[in-house]
Amino acid sequence: MLLKLADSSYRPSCIQVSKGAKTYRSARGDVEALAALDLDVAEGEFVSVVGPSGCGKSTLMRCVAGLAPLTSGGIFLNGAPVKGPVRNVGIVFQRDLLLDWRTVIDNVLLPAEFAKQRTPAVELRAMKLLEKVGLMAVADRYPWELSGGMRQRVAICRALVMDPPVLLMDEPFGALDALTRDELNAELQTIWMESRKTVLFITHGISEAAYLSDRVVVMSSKPGRILETVEVDIPRPRPLAVRDSADFAKATGRIRQVLARSGAIRG
Amino acid sequence: MSMGVLTSLWNRLLSSRVLIVSTLVGLVLWQAAVRTLNVPKFLVPAPTDVLQEFLSNQAWYWNHAYYTLSATLLGFAIAVVFGVILAIVIISSRWVEQTIYAGLVAFNSIPKVAIAPLFIIWVGTGFASKVTMAAVISIFAIVINAVLGLRSLDPDLVDLARSMGAGREGLLIKIQFPNALPGLFSGMKVGISLALIGTIVGEFVASSSGLGYVIMTAQSTFATPRIFAALVLLALMGTILFFVIDVLERLILPWHVSNRQEAAGHA
Repeated sequence: MLLKLADSSYRPSCIQVSKGAKTYRSARGDVEALAALDLDVAEGEFVSVVGPSGCGKSTLMRCVAGLAPLTSGGIFLNGAPVKGPVRNVGIVFQRDLLLDWRTVIDNVLLPAEFAKQRTPAVELRAMKLLEKVGLMAVADRYPWELSGGMRQRVAICRALVMDPPVLLMDEPFGALDALTRDELNAELQTIWMESRKTVLFITHGISEAAYLSDRVVVMSSKPGRILETVEVDIPRPRPLAVRDSADFAKATGRIRQVLARSGAIRG
Repeated sequence: MSMGVLTSLWNRLLSSRVLIVSTLVGLVLWQAAVRTLNVPKFLVPAPTDVLQEFLSNQAWYWNHAYYTLSATLLGFAIAVVFGVILAIVIISSRWVEQTIYAGLVAFNSIPKVAIAPLFIIWVGTGFASKVTMAAVISIFAIVINAVLGLRSLDPDLVDLARSMGAGREGLLIKIQFPNALPGLFSGMKVGISLALIGTIVGEFVASSSGLGYVIMTAQSTFATPRIFAALVLLALMGTILFFVIDVLERLILPWHVSNRQEAAGHA
């Protein structure tokens, strides 16, 4: 344990939120979405944020991506302050947002086109990513010919195609059935272990968060605050069956406990 | 792909057998009614009278039909080009939207037939006035549908594109415009029929050519079979023009929801 602390202490911070507060102003009064929140995600770390619906976890992700400004406080990506949309992050939303008129491979290459870098090297990387998630054969198909799980895999490939150091995922598997979700959880772990990207993963799935993460940040709602950070100290690669182990139950139990105490879960 | 479209057209022709049979039955009943009731030719001619009239002046009819068709197509093409440009201008700024768009709506509420004489004064009694009427009448449907299509953009998709570094122009070309194509096509389907109406209105007001002119001159001499022959040609022309747009839509938008079923059968 001591060794692990020492080991992680020299990992530089990648995503840094300091006293981040966000208030939405509306006709019916101000809504405090985030209240002076501090969060530090180290380089190469996989951190999940769980919390009840409307706790501001999606707002947090949008602020980190520079898609929404904070009301006060600051966000730093690799030391640089976030002021507008950040280019070197990959984003995956709950809806895959694939473009219907583009084939799978052309969807994956969309970020490359916007960056004016659709080179043979990038195209090769796109094909390799599709191969990794088992979608090489459907590269020339259109999104509507694919299942929900396949579509979300394409969205992940699209987020990764420019090889960004940071991956932001907002309930990416929330709309999938339980089995497909398991499958994609395992695939995401594999991808993450190979690339060691810094991942901020928003979810309301406690089990999913514990399975994937190094640390799980538990948030409360109205205003969004961090209640507790739960370390998941289970060696990787984690088989899906790890979810039946005592260590895993301890982590998820703790998360549930914190949520229950805050009133997010009753009973 | 084109094979698939041809096959689907063939299937649709087969499924229109009911239509063909009922049309034939209707023609036979019409013929029988006119003959047994001894209806004078100048009131309602029998189908055979109409056919005879057409066959005896075939080249003359084709010439006038060609005149009407070219004015319609040219006017329609102008309406599409300017309609799309106008739509892009309209969505580009709130100020322009409030002025141009409001002006367009006001303009559209004037019955276009009423302003036809004005165009005769401005562009003369020749071909140009028919083209102008066709364009003026059909442009509104195209602008409205293009504006709706360009506006119906998923806000998450805009965020995603922004995080990919998309500028306004890139967003327009790669996402907004393709996204608006289905709307544009429904506008074009309405527009092509309107363009034909515009041309005929132009020919009614002042002309020495075209099917509208044929109808006007025939009316003054009670040459009713001639009116019917021109009407049949107009009906055929309108149907074929609509059909052509429909086929174009299937070819250009194989990914769109309305075209998927059939395309999937040939995938």
